[in-house]
Parts: sequence; structure tokens; C-alpha cells
Amino acid sequence: MGNFIGALPGAISQGLIWGIMAIGVYITYKILDIADLTVDGSFCTGGAMFVVLFAEGVNIWVCLLAALGVGMLAGLVTGLLHTVCGIPAILSGILTQLGLWSVNLAIMGMKANVAINIIDRAQLDRLLVSLRFVREVVNGDRPFYRHPIFVVGLFTLAVIGVLYWFFGTERGASLRATGANGNMARAQGINTDVNKVLGLMVSNGLVALSGALLSQYQSFADTSMGKGAIVIGLAAVIIGEALFGRVFRNFALKLLSVSLGAIIYYVVIQAVISLANINSNYLKLISACVVALFLSVPYWKGRYFAKKPGGKEVGSRA
Amino acid sequence: MLEIKGIWKTFNAGTVNEKVALKGVDLTLADGDFVTVIGGNGAGKSTLLNAVAGVWPVDQGSITIDGVDVTHLAEYKRAKYIGRVFQDPMMGTAATMQIDENLALAARRGRFRGLRRGISRAERQEYRALLETLDLGLEDRLTSKVGLLSGGQRQALTLLMATLQRPKLLLLDEHTAALDPKTAAKVLDTTEKIVGRDKLTTLMITHNMRDAIAHGNRLIMMYEGRIVIDVSGQQKKELTVETLLGLFSKVSGSDEADDKLLLG
Repeated sequence: MGNFIGALPGAISQGLIWGIMAIGVYITYKILDIADLTVDGSFCTGGAMFVVLFAEGVNIWVCLLAALGVGMLAGLVTGLLHTVCGIPAILSGILTQLGLWSVNLAIMGMKANVAINIIDRAQLDRLLVSLRFVREVVNGDRPFYRHPIFVVGLFTLAVIGVLYWFFGTERGASLRATGANGNMARAQGINTDVNKVLGLMVSNGLVALSGALLSQYQSFADTSMGKGAIVIGLAAVIIGEALFGRVFRNFALKLLSVSLGAIIYYVVIQAVISLANINSNYLKLISACVVALFLSVPYWKGRYFAKKPGGKEVGSRA
Repeated sequence: MLEIKGIWKTFNAGTVNEKVALKGVDLTLADGDFVTVIGGNGAGKSTLLNAVAGVWPVDQGSITIDGVDVTHLAEYKRAKYIGRVFQDPMMGTAATMQIDENLALAARRGRFRGLRRGISRAERQEYRALLETLDLGLEDRLTSKVGLLSGGQRQALTLLMATLQRPKLLLLDEHTAALDPKTAAKVLDTTEKIVGRDKLTTLMITHNMRDAIAHGNRLIMMYEGRIVIDVSGQQKKELTVETLLGLFSKVSGSDEADDKLLLG
């Protein structure tokens, strides 16, 4: 039990970082109604880009911006494959993801992983977030505001703030319409193709930013760090919706619930590791089962519990 | 206002399901014409409207709206000139967005959508007043999700959206077909009001011959991908179901005027 309590701040920090990725997934999966598998690749692209640039001594904000940029590029590729080449969205994402495997290796100089040398205090001090800081804050070696929960929490709020603003603009509203009803959007003069590409870019930009934060936090990037990212993202979206959907109606709060969903996911995973003593190799299997279960609940509900008086829309996604 | 010249459209060309839906249709609408379109199933009515709206490219021919050749223009670009209401009430609105948001989207049809606010306070006031004219109580539900509305309410809203920014051409694709008779009559009444008020050039498909006769200043009937009857002016005013059926059997060469034609 003490083990679990001790690991809690770390789990929350990780959950917050993955929460930013999950917000990216929310944009494609919930708003655009596209299951985008690019994220499994672009998450690592962001991490790799960040670590390589950081090791070169580049300013950390430039590194983060670069990560965001390559993520958006990955989204652009998927978007063009889907809209210009007419490839189904899910397959476009798989193609980009596969291609990114090589790209990620190339960014990391054909190595499977690259690390930040945090033994070097000067390097460590340049970081915004690090697993090390969790303990250092507790020991009083660093001020509280350097705690990863605080820093990533601020990042999350900033991301939510920007997205809340964006989806309230004319362009943002047209993006929501694109996902809600493409026919209606086109009839209202909205170029749905451009909007899909834009949404995929924003989404993957956030995913790569999240990857950059994670590689910073764990002080390394490796080719497999994004494996199953889409499932974690979906898990966060679903958990957030299941727990807070009835209370959180506002768009900003919906995004917040996604982030909270990711935190809960990581805390539960941590609990499973520390309390149930399960080999962590089984985590991906457990995650897959949990997400499959949650995705099937609305369908079963619609099938077997339909036609309740008063309940009109069954199995609706809204 | 609208000039259609010799348009052809074939679906599933080269397969067993090949269907020549439009066989060289010519049609010219003057400014302010309110044309009703009738015809049996598969006559090409919806295909004609979709061709004008640009849902897909036509195989041959040209379409001009107010002097602008739109034949090769993408659907979303043509939307600048065209207001549309569909048969399916689900199709014309975004169910997961609010009533006011849907209206705000329609208010920006054909304009560049940038980073200005998607909807302003002044707009909301304006929409409230507009919704009042529908007399459906929607003015008090501005921030309700459109998915909560009934089919009739959604069609009335779609109609409002299609005409919020005066379109050069209004396309109504059996927009009352999915509604119960009472609601259908109300939506049709609203249609008549708006078209009359803004003097809109309109193409309205209907499955109901009586509606086709009662509304508009011109009536066309389609049959097997062609326009076979085109009645306007005084002749249109004096039209009855019987004379229309008589005209049809003369043109189509068949004695029995199809029941399907009358019933939809």
C-alpha cells in the first residue's frame, strides 16, 4: 500500500502528460468522427524530435515547438492521404504510422532510443518536467512549482484554453460541423476536406507535444513509446465521459474530463501494478480488454435495453 | 437565374446496375421563378437537384447560376449561391450543435471562416426574432441541441438556415415528405411565406401532385431522366390533377396514368 501511495504523484504526472495526447485523440475521435491511428507514430515523433534537439542544446521552448510542428506535419500527411487520395481515414492513419516508424528512427540517428543526460545537473536544470523533480520537490531541493503535476497541469490548462477559444471561432465551429454532419457542412459552404486536414494536424500536434513532454519526463525517447497510444487515448476519453459526462456539459470541462480520464487510467494501472502484483508486461492486454469493454457498453445498451419510455436516442454518441 | 443545358448523368456506368438518371435535361429559370417538380420514383428529380447542388460532377452539359458557370465548381463553393433543404430532416442540421450555432454556420455560407467569434451576441438577438416568425417556440431554446428537435422543427430550422443569407437559388428536395400531414402543411406554409417575402428563385420537388399544383408559378414533370411536361403562367393556374394526368399519358405514350405518380 505504501508502495502505491509513494508512486501516486508519478502516476498522476504521467496521466496528465498522456492526458494532453488524449485531448488530441478527442479532437479526431469525438469532434471529427475519425479514428486516427497516426497517433501511435506521431507520439514518438514528438518525443524523438524533442530529445535530439534538446541534446544539441536548443532552447527548450523551441524544442517543444518543433515537436508540435512535426506532429502537425504527420497529421497533414494522414489528412492528405484521406482527402486528396481518397484512402479511408483509418487506413491513412495506419500508413502514416508505419512510415513514421522509419522517420522516427531517422530522427534519432538510426538508433532505437536516445536519452537526455540528466546526471549532468546543467542538463537536468534546463528541463521543464522530469521524474527526478517529483522527489526533489518532496525533499525540498526544488520549489513546489517545479513539481511535474503543477507544470503539466498548467500545460493542460493552457491547451484546454486555446482549444476552447479555437472551437468557438468561425473556423472552429465549421470544424465541429464537419464532424457532426458533413452533408450539412458542405451545403453551408464549408470545405470539409480542408477542415478534416486541419483537425488531424491540430490533433497530432498535441499528440507530439505530449510525446515531447513524456520523453522529457522520463529523459529518453524510444521507438516503441507510442505503441498503443490510441488505446490509452480512447480509454481516457471513455473514462472521462463515463465519469463526468453527466456533469460536465461545457466544452472546456469536457476536455478537462478527458485529462482527468487519463489520470484515472494511470492511477488504476499503478494500483494494479503495486497492489495486485501483476507483471507489467500484461498491462497492454489489460488496457485493450478494458477499452474493448467500455466501447461495447453503448452498443449493448442500445441492443438489449432499447425502447425505454422517455429515452429516445439510444446508442447516440453525443 | 438558373440555366441548365443538356446535362447527362449515369450512375454505376459499365456495371449491371448502370442507370442513366439524366438524359440531356435543359431547364431555364427566370429570376423569381418558383418551380415545382414532380415525377415517379427514379424519374430523376433528386438527381437533377443534386446535379445543380454539385453533390457529384455531371457527365455532360453545363449549369449556370446568375451568369456564373458552376459546372465544375465543388459542392461547398456552389453553396455560396444555393440554399438547400433535404428530404431527411437529419441531413440539413448538425444535431450535436446548438440551434443558434447552426444558424450562425448558415449565416456565414459562402464567406471565409476565420478566427472571429463563431457567433456574436447581436446575432443571437437577431436569431431569436427570426425563430419567432416560425411560431414553433424555438426562440426560447436557442442553446438547445438541434438533436432534441422534432423532424418538423428541424425542417423549419433548415429552411430558415437555407434562406438566412438570401440564396440566388433555393433547392427543396421533398422537404416535407418525411413529416406527418399536419406538420408538412405547416412547413410548406412557411416555405411559401419565405419564398414570397424574399422573391426567391426556387426548385421544389414534391411527391404530392396537389402541392405541386397549389404552389409556385411553374410546374415541370420528369419521366425517365427527361422533363416531359413544363407548364407555367395561366395554364399552370388552371391546372388540375385530371388535366395533369391527361397531359402525362399523352407525353409518355401510355394510357394508364400511373397511380404511383399521384401517390409518390
